[in-house]
Amino acid sequence: MLDVRDLHVRIAARHGIVRAVDGVSLQVASGEALGLVGESGSGKSMTLRAILGVLPHEAKVTAGQIVLDGVDLVPLSNSDLNRIRGPKMSMIFQEPMSALNPVMRVGNQIAEGPIVHLGYNRARAAERALELMRRVGIPDPEQRFRAFPHEFSGGMRQRVMIAIALSCDPEIILCDEPTTALDVTIQDQILRLLARLCAESGVSLIFVTHDLPVVAQICQRVAVMYGGQLVETGQVRDVLLDPRHPYTLGLVRSAPDVEYVRHSLVPIPGSPPSLVTPPSGCRFHPRCKFAEEDCRVQPTPLRELPGGRATACLHYERCEEAVAADRIGP
Amino acid sequence: MSAISFPEPAVAVEVSEHAQPRPRRWYRQPSLASGAILLAIIVFAAVAAPLLTPYNPIKQNLSGNASLLGPSAHHLLGTDQLGRDTFTRLLYGLRMDLRIAFIAVLAPFCIGVVLGSIAGYFGGWVDSVLMRLVDIVVAFPFYVLIIALVFVLGPGQRSIYIAITLVGWVSYARIIRGEVLVAKRQEYVLAARSAGLSAVRIMARHLLPNVITQAIIYAMSDIVQDILAIVALGYFGLGVQPPTADLGSMINDGQNFLTTHWQLTTFPGLAVVVVGLSLSLIGDGLADLIRPGQS
Repeated sequence: MLDVRDLHVRIAARHGIVRAVDGVSLQVASGEALGLVGESGSGKSMTLRAILGVLPHEAKVTAGQIVLDGVDLVPLSNSDLNRIRGPKMSMIFQEPMSALNPVMRVGNQIAEGPIVHLGYNRARAAERALELMRRVGIPDPEQRFRAFPHEFSGGMRQRVMIAIALSCDPEIILCDEPTTALDVTIQDQILRLLARLCAESGVSLIFVTHDLPVVAQICQRVAVMYGGQLVETGQVRDVLLDPRHPYTLGLVRSAPDVEYVRHSLVPIPGSPPSLVTPPSGCRFHPRCKFAEEDCRVQPTPLRELPGGRATACLHYERCEEAVAADRIGP
Repeated sequence: MSAISFPEPAVAVEVSEHAQPRPRRWYRQPSLASGAILLAIIVFAAVAAPLLTPYNPIKQNLSGNASLLGPSAHHLLGTDQLGRDTFTRLLYGLRMDLRIAFIAVLAPFCIGVVLGSIAGYFGGWVDSVLMRLVDIVVAFPFYVLIIALVFVLGPGQRSIYIAITLVGWVSYARIIRGEVLVAKRQEYVLAARSAGLSAVRIMARHLLPNVITQAIIYAMSDIVQDILAIVALGYFGLGVQPPTADLGSMINDGQNFLTTHWQLTTFPGLAVVVVGLSLSLIGDGLADLIRPGQS
């Protein structure tokens, strides 16, 4: 349904051109939840903003297609995109406090989409807002309709964001770390809510996060980004339990809570690459303990592996060996 | 009995009056409250002028010794050289000048807010053009420009409105532009864009309510400026035309009698000062109320 093909996003910065997204291809089927994971600065959020067409002024899509229901969104004008943003796709942000308008009543914020996109009158839109508030589990919707965002707790604010995202019945919701700002118990409630709503309404998700357990809980497929490129894609279980890319392996080992037997947390050495002058060959090679001479020179596109998965690593067998060694234990 | 005992506090903890959180109310803001009361009295006196004084502000009384009377029970501030009651003319003058000032502030406020929002939100060449225009207007002193414009347009109320609009909008545009530049980087604006809302809707429904307060606070001091301009124009004979009562022309008329009948100029002048004071107090109070912790 959503098909991103070879997307390139470049940002003009003072110190040069940043290749924030460099040849990313993603497919999301109807009703599917895709996790997009990677470190800060790996291009996850830029990918989302490119899909929505709300890139910052300095950033531009320089190549690639974003096809939603057979229509390429890249060449569309802003006003054409405004007919797609909302009714076809919407976004949930990381910080519900700053993503909600502080001086607008939450009910009106939820009702705004239906008024603008579905042509509802105020009364009907208000009814729709109340129904959505009920659906996302805000108690006392009639009372809370006239409240302002600061009168809500963090979890309730995120529920309001979800209600706004759902307000025009979109086909796909882009989630930019929606649970990162919440504490763990609330995080779990919000994830369950999202999973339930997706199952109910058949809406697709792209779920950006750096939190692997969250991906395991909510997504069917996962794509791992590093330095603006995809390094591994596949089914969540396959990728997280049996990684085929040393970066994914590093992520899994440095995450404290996946069903994965290991002895201690192992950080990934080094720091993310500069996207102005990225390393030649595989972008991960300076930090990779399996790196060989060919990793330095050869470009590393995604290669299909059996089982519907793909990796960008030239020496992915090493990961298999490392995973196997981990399983056996010391 | 339990093995562990807790020591009793030696002194009962007293919750002091100050420890109680108090809701912020406008009447607890001394400057706002006093300014509002002062302005209310002035506006009431101006609006109710026909009820407060039996005299006609325009009708001259040249018979015998009715002119240039000193203060008395009949004429609180005496009469002027044409036998008109000074207190009556003061109230009607206030009524006229306040009305012009409050109406005159509306057009520049609206124009400035709209143009400032557009400049701040869209940036680029629109912003450059508008801001150069602002720079040109700001390069001239406010009163000089107003007086020159009214002189060119011809005396009268209509000219005052046009002049104040042409000169006044720039301050609002600057304030709103600055506020919008900051506010548009907030995530709620990105969220509104992501929800497919149009630029006009984002500016009107999402940005404006967040940035308008600064313009409202400024409007309070702008009204003071406008009143001073109106009085100055009246003083030069460019403003409200005689015989209609106006504080500026009253000050000018009374000038010739300053040594003998000082009340003719002093009280209209004092009235301007008190109006200015009340509006400034309101502006300060509003600013403190809206920006907590900075007073």
